[in-house]
Amino acid sequence: MKYLCLVYCDEATLHSSPDSPRDEECLAYAEGLHSNGHMLAAEALQPVSTATTVRMRSGKMLITDGPFAETKEQLAGFYLVEARDLNEALQIAARIPAARVGCVEVRPVRELSAQPRPAGHQAVEDEA
Amino acid sequence: MSRKDTSATRVKVEAIYRNESRRILATLIRLLGDFDLAEEALHEAFAAALVQWQRDGMPANPRAWLVSAGRFKAIDTLRRRARFDASQGELARRIEASIEEAIDDEREGLDDDRLRLIFTCCHPALSQTAQVALTLREVCGLSTEEIARAFLSTPATLAQRIVRAKAKIRDAGIPYQVPCRSELSERMDSVLHVIYLIFNEGYSASSGNELTRADLCREAIRLGRLLVELLPEPEAMGLLALMLLHEARRESRVTSSGSLVRLGEQDRSRWCQEMIVEGGAWVERALKTRRFGPYTLQAAIAAVHAEAPSAAETDWPQVVGLYDVLLRVAPSPVVELNRAVAVAMLDGPAHGLPLIDRMLARGELRSYYLAHAARADLCRRLGRLDEARAAYRQALALGPPATESQFLVQQLDALADQF
Repeated sequence: MKYLCLVYCDEATLHSSPDSPRDEECLAYAEGLHSNGHMLAAEALQPVSTATTVRMRSGKMLITDGPFAETKEQLAGFYLVEARDLNEALQIAARIPAARVGCVEVRPVRELSAQPRPAGHQAVEDEA
Repeated sequence: MSRKDTSATRVKVEAIYRNESRRILATLIRLLGDFDLAEEALHEAFAAALVQWQRDGMPANPRAWLVSAGRFKAIDTLRRRARFDASQGELARRIEASIEEAIDDEREGLDDDRLRLIFTCCHPALSQTAQVALTLREVCGLSTEEIARAFLSTPATLAQRIVRAKAKIRDAGIPYQVPCRSELSERMDSVLHVIYLIFNEGYSASSGNELTRADLCREAIRLGRLLVELLPEPEAMGLLALMLLHEARRESRVTSSGSLVRLGEQDRSRWCQEMIVEGGAWVERALKTRRFGPYTLQAAIAAVHAEAPSAAETDWPQVVGLYDVLLRVAPSPVVELNRAVAVAMLDGPAHGLPLIDRMLARGELRSYYLAHAARADLCRRLGRLDEARAAYRQALALGPPATESQFLVQQLDALADQF
């Protein structure tokens, strides 16, 4: 299964706490996930002050400054990983260096279905 | 086939349903990989058993028969669905392909399956209320109505909670497995908590007839034993001991008319010595590890009571000492209240009462009927009868369970003609 690990941190203390991870450590962890086959994608993000939010309403594009909601912790980065199940995904998330200063929300990826479900023409064995 | 044989089969099938359906369900969930599909298959398997066993007689191993029948029913269900959704047909083929290999280790796997089910239902990714509801529903087979009553909720809310929990298990990929050793002790806490809640539901008899409730306690004790067997952790032993030591006193704690009998007045000859001995042995084993926690300490207190020939001969200094340790390990107002009652037994009511009054003054336990009931009792023993009467009334006003309110009314009545 694919899981998106969303790393949330208080930006004010993300880089200044004694437990704050340094970039080298984050890079090394990402490298490790690459080599054991779990990594699909990962990026750190610029601070939330650089964020812009877009909405489409009645065909009109609405642009606003900042994130959609004011929260104490902001999205600081993400890892998209491949894991056997939630337990494995949680183990991967727990070792993300920023988990020591912030938290990681682990969300399973929902696979979108490109085609509508075929109805009534499936070749299956006779029920008898 | 005569009418008599028909009803005899029905009785047997019902007994198997009561005793085995949860184990069969646990195995079906593993084999089918889906809670709802497994439940549906379980019920269809029992329906088929009723018909077929009446016609052909009982199979040698009813449980294995039901697991196998359940699996074939599930394959049928998936094939029916496959007319609308190709992936279901694929799933049916996969389950069918795995039948041969799975049948051999079926007998061995049954208890493990139940433990798998317990750890999945108690997974910390689920909210605690969902863990409790799911375990009672899936592992113990309680109805949503029973669970709702036990947790002062509505059946609709409970049903929704269970549906959501199952959806999370499926969609978030919560695995159906016993956690590996490194994760096991972390995952134990929620399992122990849920088992203890199940036990309490049976012990405090919120609804239903006596027999069902006793079954529930036995079920919790069985789960406790299974856990100890698989993972001999001190707190698992402590919880098992605690449940055994409470269960040993079940018979003597309520009168035939359903009124509560306090520990001091219980007929100790009716306590189950076998359970007391076993509970005491588990307490000792847990204490020896020096890695014990609140369950072991509560069990140790229960063991001191259980081993005393009478209330007066109870080792009260040890009880108070154990409460002191328990308060350090797991501080709570209820533990503090129990300690105060033990202090009153050790040093007299005049020493216990101020402790309770101080807690009530702090605002803690003010709406907990047992705090007022305990205060009433200590006032009565000190001859402060007006205060005792007022405290009994206050306890009753807080809506205690039926068995206890009957007891409190008796206490209050006994004070009516005293001055």
